Amino acid sequence: MADDKTTPSAKIDYRGFEPILTKYTSQPDSATLAFYRGHGGYDAARKALTEYEPDQIIELVKSSSLRGRGGAGFPCGLKWSFVPKKSPKPKYLVVNADESEPGTFKDRLILERDPHQLIEGVIISAYALDAHVAYCYIRGEFVAGFRTMQRAIDEAYAAGFLGDDVLGTGYSLHLTMHRGAGAYICGEETGLLSSLEGKRGTPKIKPPFPAVEGLFGCPTVVNNVETLACVPHIVNRGAEWFRSIGAAKGPGPKLLCVSGHVERPGVYEVPCGINLLDLINDLAGGVWKGRKLKAVVPGGSSAKVLAAHECDVATDFDSLAAKDTMLGSGGVIVMDETTDMVEALYNILRFYAHESCGQCTPCREGTGWLAKICGRVHHGEGRPEDLDEMIDLAERMCGRTICVLADAAAFPCTSFIRKFRPEFEAKIAAGKGHERRISIGGPLVHPGAISAHNQEKLAELHGGH
Amino acid sequence: MSSPGSNGARVREFSDAGKKHVAWLLTRYPDPQAALLPVLRLAEEEFTNIDSPAVLLVARTLDLSPGYVWGVLTFYTHYRREGDGKYLLQVCSTLSCALRGCRDISHHLEKKLGIEVGETTSDGRFTLKKVECLGSCGTAPVVQVNDEYHENLSIEKLDRLLASLD
Repeated sequence: MADDKTTPSAKIDYRGFEPILTKYTSQPDSATLAFYRGHGGYDAARKALTEYEPDQIIELVKSSSLRGRGGAGFPCGLKWSFVPKKSPKPKYLVVNADESEPGTFKDRLILERDPHQLIEGVIISAYALDAHVAYCYIRGEFVAGFRTMQRAIDEAYAAGFLGDDVLGTGYSLHLTMHRGAGAYICGEETGLLSSLEGKRGTPKIKPPFPAVEGLFGCPTVVNNVETLACVPHIVNRGAEWFRSIGAAKGPGPKLLCVSGHVERPGVYEVPCGINLLDLINDLAGGVWKGRKLKAVVPGGSSAKVLAAHECDVATDFDSLAAKDTMLGSGGVIVMDETTDMVEALYNILRFYAHESCGQCTPCREGTGWLAKICGRVHHGEGRPEDLDEMIDLAERMCGRTICVLADAAAFPCTSFIRKFRPEFEAKIAAGKGHERRISIGGPLVHPGAISAHNQEKLAELHGGH
Repeated sequence: MSSPGSNGARVREFSDAGKKHVAWLLTRYPDPQAALLPVLRLAEEEFTNIDSPAVLLVARTLDLSPGYVWGVLTFYTHYRREGDGKYLLQVCSTLSCALRGCRDISHHLEKKLGIEVGETTSDGRFTLKKVECLGSCGTAPVVQVNDEYHENLSIEKLDRLLASLD
């Protein structure tokens, strides 16, 4: 079927695909205003502000079928349309540049190497939303990206692309960089807004959704960097053009991040929905060191893992959802045959335990508990009932919290155990005598870091063995 | 009893440039509290480590309670705090870096510096921290030294890096 792009036989062709978002990112001056303008930069902003009404931009983006590229894949134009136009409150556009989903490193490329593309996307999108104030919340560790963006914003102000009179149209827009300080939960949109308001980055219950009640209680749209970078191209070349690229229900150029056990890790720009094995074996050079593929996490660590035999799948939003996983942030993490899946899961679960903001009991207690049980299994102190207990616990965490960090911890937990159960059972059966497999990095907090008191408690719990 | 801060003063003040920056920040947000994270960064710039006198200054500057500022500061992991050494060696330890050998990196640093993860060398030069995903998975393993990312690390590169830090 011409439209059926979810079966492996109808693979999306990526050979000869001309990059759009990363067209210039490897050129030395790509971050400067002079370079950007020399390559058609800010033409889209001028076109949008002089030839379109704000509502028409929203309709344009809706008809492009652009879906959010931060993790949720929500239709962008639809989200924009939730902002109540008649509201007397000021409206805000917030760029989510917090990029912290493990396995994800694509927004960084735009922030550091093509900041004006993002700024132009912000101008057009803020105009569409009738917002006059925008913030770019960038994770604290991205110092280079912050400095590059700040320089670019200064250039944009000087050239009249930002300020009280954008491009002489009378539209005013002020954009401010806002640095985070090391908190994964500030990538969650309401956690980000809390942080932006000068608080601990704790998420807020939805509804109300930010489009209605967000930053400072006002209508707010939070969009990912890559999502906004698509906007100038949609204005320049049209919705139909955008829809023609890649998968029908989730089209456009897509930045995929490949990391882990491959020959050529990196960011790859492809039509959305290319085959996962094509991405790994062709573009990324295949599994490294001549080894065999064992597992792939396709959309950042929150996405359920795919065993090797499940990887013949298109990497668009709907195809991966149909395989009970997700495209998410586009962070493709590849694991070879030597990977200790128990240790890999332990690594992931410790991440979520560390990053839980602590508001909700199921998450605060659950993430820590999952990490502890997995740690016991990994260190040869697992019990037969541990695996079902972890799955039960993970399932009880889902849907019972203010945000989806709990779900994000639950998904890898249940999928790793279900798909690699024999490995987990083998470690439990072997107990302390198990031979250490060739393994991944492993815990940097080693047994010496557990206090003597707690070591005694652990010994008591295990009945002295 | 207040103790001397790192600039020797009991009661801190921001520099003139710092005060100008605060004034500018306050024009960017409708609510002064929203300037808290940027003002904490300013304190980090001016005093290196954000210690108690710095927290008191930030609180005074934004008319927030010191306890509130402390609560916000301690939620985040990426502010320099009291006791942090001259060089913060932040070793990324999440999955992609773990798959590409970050354990070797951290073990090597522990051996070379004679400290464990979480500790600071007695001369105050190096603090070794385990951090979560730095968003540089394609160039794993990665260590962030203060503001800079050091990517595609090997033991050799790591030794050269350490040798270059005075």
